[in-house]
Amino acid sequence: MFDFTSMTTAIDSYLNSVLPSSAATLIECAIIAVCVIVAYLVFAIIMIFMERKVCAAFQCRLGPMRVGPWGLLQVFADVFKMLIKEIISIKNSDKILYNLAPFLVLMSSIITFSCLPFDKGLQVLDFNIGAFFIMAASSFGILGILLAGWSSNNKFSMIGAVRSGGQMISYELSMGLSILTLVVLSGTMQISEIVETQTKGWFIFTGHVPAFIAFIIYIIAGNAETNRAPFDLPEAESELTAGFHTEYSGMNFGFFYVAEFMNMFIIAGIASTLFLGGWAPLYVPGLEGFNSVMECIPGFVWFLAKTFFVIWLLMWIRWTFPRLRIDQVLALEWKYLVPIGLINLLIMTICVVMGWTF
Amino acid sequence: MDINLIIFSGLAIVMIVAAIFAVTSSKIMRATTNLLFVLFGTAGLYFFLHYTFLGAVQITVYAGGIVVLFIFAVLLIGKGSVDVTQTSLRRYLAGMATALTGMILTIYLIGNTDFASDKFNGEGVAIKELGMALMGTDKYNYILPFEVMSVLLLACTVGAIMIARKK
Repeated sequence: MFDFTSMTTAIDSYLNSVLPSSAATLIECAIIAVCVIVAYLVFAIIMIFMERKVCAAFQCRLGPMRVGPWGLLQVFADVFKMLIKEIISIKNSDKILYNLAPFLVLMSSIITFSCLPFDKGLQVLDFNIGAFFIMAASSFGILGILLAGWSSNNKFSMIGAVRSGGQMISYELSMGLSILTLVVLSGTMQISEIVETQTKGWFIFTGHVPAFIAFIIYIIAGNAETNRAPFDLPEAESELTAGFHTEYSGMNFGFFYVAEFMNMFIIAGIASTLFLGGWAPLYVPGLEGFNSVMECIPGFVWFLAKTFFVIWLLMWIRWTFPRLRIDQVLALEWKYLVPIGLINLLIMTICVVMGWTF
Repeated sequence: MDINLIIFSGLAIVMIVAAIFAVTSSKIMRATTNLLFVLFGTAGLYFFLHYTFLGAVQITVYAGGIVVLFIFAVLLIGKGSVDVTQTSLRRYLAGMATALTGMILTIYLIGNTDFASDKFNGEGVAIKELGMALMGTDKYNYILPFEVMSVLLLACTVGAIMIARKK
């Protein structure tokens, strides 16, 4: 497999040879920030287009068709519309917090995004506690939502924010438990090492039953984390108009919208990293010819294919199930998912200790 | 100028400014948000020291846990926009005394602590060592505090459920 670290070290040594080290570091930081933000926006545009088309397919429609061929330019038109909209200011609202809230959500989402391993060596943040850092970074996005709901000075926003907060805090728990199950299996928290281990078999196969249960729990909790149907009651249109972002207009609303879509991409990306092997190609022990053919496909193609497969699963769930009530949402988490997750963690630990993994 | 010094000064300035705003802000919600930035700054210092585990714990527990709890409490009592101005002189004096004591204690400790800066290798602690120390039963291992903490938290959870029950 092509290792991208050779490319990044080449850039690094070139910059260090022509510039003093502090200036080189600064320039590298700037380049990486630009790359991350551009990638973030490109994926957001792809996701919004995909959502429209997939939604249309599930509802037996065609989706956007008029703007550009197959409606390909629809998203750009939407972004342009969003940019030229007026940013209104709400009477008696806390202006500072009102304007700060979208950036907190966006910040949390971008930091988590930069932990995703797109290919070997093509990863921005790779700590020794990677999996834990992902949980940490995604946990403070809630703050932006709570602040947005409160500072809008609107009862519907407020109810939406409190619902959203309660739901996200609850589902973070079972999400953490399923990530922990996979950490037990891999024996490391570093994302690059987790993926490296899976070049000899993806965890969903090597971890068999407990890994599969963890995957199901992760998908359910991930759906709830992104506030999407069937867990979309924080922004239930029929009762709360739009939940916590009711009062936002223009690009401030656009930030929430983009962050929500990208959180789905991140959830899918982490699922593909932990369960489906990230950039690791499909490996079947014993079939050497097949494995070498699979290794010819570049890593980022594998990663994106798996990620978009998981996104498609999430969209399938979103357009299939009706919305849950708040008590059903909380009962599902606390009475079913958390106990199952805990027992599953125990089963996984027993499997790893006894060597019952492939 | 050294890049480490720039990063450190940046973090320190953010923390100090946010801390001052956190105590002087008259709106409780803004104070909480400023507190959040102080906690982010602290997490940034830990990451800066390559102590990634503590940094991530700082973000999860404080930014993602405690501050969310604060905001929830403020939201539920519905006093988010009410000014928290000082009313009585006695409280003012008590606050002053506490702050002064804290400052003197901190300065004394900074002056009298032998910081093992020569032991800093720029790599931080391996996560495996931390796990072994947290779960180990030998000397300087922390299984007992860890378990005591778990029992305490369990008691808190049970207590909260008892209070929240309708009957």
